[in-house]
Amino acid sequence: MKIPILKQGDILMTSIQVELSDQDALDFQNDVLEEVLRAEASGIVIDITALDVVDSFMARILNDTANMVRMLGTECVIAGMRPAVALTLVEMGRKLIGVEMTLNLEQGIDRLRKLIEERGAS
Amino acid sequence: MTTEHHIARARQEGKALAVQVGFNRTNAACVATSISEMASNLFFHAHRGGTITLSVLNKPGAVGLEVIAEDDGPGIPDVRLAMQDGFTTNRGLGGGLPGTERLMDEFEITSRVGDGTRIVAKKWQPCP
Repeated sequence: MKIPILKQGDILMTSIQVELSDQDALDFQNDVLEEVLRAEASGIVIDITALDVVDSFMARILNDTANMVRMLGTECVIAGMRPAVALTLVEMGRKLIGVEMTLNLEQGIDRLRKLIEERGAS
Repeated sequence: MTTEHHIARARQEGKALAVQVGFNRTNAACVATSISEMASNLFFHAHRGGTITLSVLNKPGAVGLEVIAEDDGPGIPDVRLAMQDGFTTNRGLGGGLPGTERLMDEFEITSRVGDGTRIVAKKWQPCP
């Protein structure tokens, strides 16, 4: 189950459109990191609009992936979390720590651009 | 639940059944997430896996889903400890069981060391 990662200028975009098994999720995490490095990207937006269930494991993968991407020296935004997903995660006591979230992909790209600018300026 | 792929499959089937019997998006997500947590417990802790059984329930004014997770694994020595937030597993961030209890309307766990664990959880969707 390969999730496509698209390049647009210096940023990457990816959208998780299918149900992922644990192994798929780990592969996705690896692909994101490899692709950020390979493309020498300034940042990546991960769109999760199509995910209507995010369990503890997936939450951890998203959280870790975003933090790993930042550790590489680039920016990461997660866009489009569904209300039901936010509800179940909070109800379970899950937090995405240090992760930039936006309502949708468009806002995600805007936020990513700002974060990249800020990083460049500092 | 004997391979890791079964977790995703149980989650999918649970979600599909919830939607089919008229659960709204939020309640369907609660059920599907709970199934995922319970299924991963079976896969990671029960050695020989276990089974997830889904049943549709009816009562006046509401339709329900019952999820039973059963295994004949090592059992949980201290159920109260396992039900605490932050009690960690090798998969998630800890708190899978207490999280599930909060997501579902009814939750009952029985476990005996050497015998196995049985969780019965129910979620109700009021009929319009």
